[in-house]
Amino acid sequence: MSKNKIDIIQSTFVPLNIENIDTDQIIPARFLKGTTRDGFGKNLFRDWRYEDDDELKPKASFVLNVPSYHGKILVAGANFGCGSSREHAAWAILDAGFTAVVSSFFADIFKNNALNNGVLPVTVSEAFLQKIFMQNSNALLTISLEKQTLTIDGTGDSESFYINPYKKECLLNGYDDIDYLLSIKEDIINYETHPA
Amino acid sequence: MGKTLFEKIWDQHIVKTITDGPSVLYIDKHLIHEVTSPQAFAGIEKRGLQIFRPEQIVATADHNVPTLNQHLPIKEELSRVQVDTLIANCTNHNISLYGLGHPYQGIVHVIGPELGITQPGMTIVCGDSHTSTHGAFGAIAFGIGTSEVEMVFATQCLLQTKPKQMRINVDGDLKPGVLSKDIVLYILSKISASGATGFAVEYAGSTIRNLSMEARMTVCNMSIEMGARCGLIAPDDTTFEYMHGKKFAPAGLDWVSALQKWETLYSDDNAVFDEEVNIDAADIPTMITYGTNPGMSMAINGLVPSDTTMDEKDRASFIKAMNYMGIKPGAAIKGQKIDYVFIGSCTNSRIEDLRLVADFVRGRHKADDVEVWVVPGSKQVEQQAIEEGIDKIFEAAGFQLRQPGCSACLGMNEDKIPAGKYCISTSNRNFEGRQGAGARTLLASPLSAAAAALTGRVTDVSELSNKN
Ligand code: SF4
Repeated sequence: MSKNKIDIIQSTFVPLNIENIDTDQIIPARFLKGTTRDGFGKNLFRDWRYEDDDELKPKASFVLNVPSYHGKILVAGANFGCGSSREHAAWAILDAGFTAVVSSFFADIFKNNALNNGVLPVTVSEAFLQKIFMQNSNALLTISLEKQTLTIDGTGDSESFYINPYKKECLLNGYDDIDYLLSIKEDIINYETHPA
Repeated sequence: MGKTLFEKIWDQHIVKTITDGPSVLYIDKHLIHEVTSPQAFAGIEKRGLQIFRPEQIVATADHNVPTLNQHLPIKEELSRVQVDTLIANCTNHNISLYGLGHPYQGIVHVIGPELGITQPGMTIVCGDSHTSTHGAFGAIAFGIGTSEVEMVFATQCLLQTKPKQMRINVDGDLKPGVLSKDIVLYILSKISASGATGFAVEYAGSTIRNLSMEARMTVCNMSIEMGARCGLIAPDDTTFEYMHGKKFAPAGLDWVSALQKWETLYSDDNAVFDEEVNIDAADIPTMITYGTNPGMSMAINGLVPSDTTMDEKDRASFIKAMNYMGIKPGAAIKGQKIDYVFIGSCTNSRIEDLRLVADFVRGRHKADDVEVWVVPGSKQVEQQAIEEGIDKIFEAAGFQLRQPGCSACLGMNEDKIPAGKYCISTSNRNFEGRQGAGARTLLASPLSAAAAALTGRVTDVSELSNKN
């Protein structure tokens, strides 16, 4: 199942300047009862987003409820996505319209889950992250996967980011890991009969 | 150059390495549960694929099950659908399922070890971050996302980049009343909730060697709370004694040859670790968390940090956490009123935990205004507790012994802590809303939880140890 191809993402961003955002915040456990991948976006950051768990009572101060903030890029504090392995966190982020998350540090499992769903995790330095947080709400960011750079359009400030070359190929071309693993099935069977 | 324990197991499981890319890692055992598997089964079916090695998969229902009246149908419809979907998927794909009603049912990380499914030298994965628990047997065990569950279904392999190597050495004798939960909370307080991100962590040293298997599992369980990919402990006689005779452990001649292999599983003297942390066991107090990640932990007798000395950036998230918890910076935590006590979860719900608590509360009674839930990790633990009369001790103490499941660890099933209430919990996460929207969690050892149950307040267990 090929994913959406990613190359250049140019968009305004939604700032969430909080560290250690865990997957229980991204999507609380009580919303993990689905058996498909759809529909998780409406519960993204559920308990920060609504008063008394009530969709009719959005918390005015929470950034997803502030109309001037929108876009395809979520920018968050260090250690984003720590905690549970729930891929529902990546599904919720994608379902809510984000295709990239920028932070100075990502938890391992979240990073893999994001990549496996065509959401690009972009790791920048803490200083650059703070520079992004200082921009106003209509500032545009440009992420080039090909060049591995993130640029603040208005100021021209730019930083390069690392991505594993294999994963980069996959995202640029819309391949996924299963396609690759299936293509080496013979090697796998061979390993089973003659383990290393 | 010598190899670390992790590297020995890793190297034995590499099918292939992609130039400039990850390695193809072969997975020996795949554990699944109802919450993170349905989309993976659907994915396989959509691709028109068969499960490649169904006999290497074991399933259970744990996250979404009630812990009372398990013989009745699950009341909540979405939960019931999820559990029923697991049953249908396992039937259709010939996967062993220890579901509700089965004598082996329980939390996935409790049943793997107690059935002997978890073995030294294996690679083990599960769509659950606390898979790190199984590393206590000297296995590479880690949590994966649902797309990766699908990959293992399809090919029994995963694409993985090798993590860096960290060793945490704990040496010396523990103070009385200090348990393995305190050890791991102490490590977390030192290295923080992201201190081991990108690493595989090996726990070593005389203190670790002297721990039982149950206690080792508690330590490895919380490796993920430091951000580690996995945690592991070299297998030794304690491991082999625990495993011998377990249902799915090798037997007879197979046991002998397995032992020969397992005895080679240790880090070589000249193995290189990217980082080492040394801890003196005598420095470890009984611990408790005060904030909203497990790194925010401290001595039960200590004071919560004060915000005045923090830099601006740390201050904001600290104040946010303290507001959520309703705890004052700089205050003591001992004496904090408690509403709920939860003794359970894959961190501390094994028979040893229940025995310890039962010994401590025998002949005593809980405080009037606390609710106390003891949730065994598995049917086998529950059964054993009943055989040993532990259920009677709990009943006399006013502790409610419930049925196996994840229960109040994650606020997904019926067992939730109400908003604003304080729960002292033996589980592993104190995130905002983890035990239910607005719930306030204080993580601690089973003994500290039991002590709080007796007094209704956060209590230093050593002050209660001498029964009168
Ligand atoms: S007990 Fe808690 S941490 Fe363990 S598997 Fe269940 S939900 Fe996860």
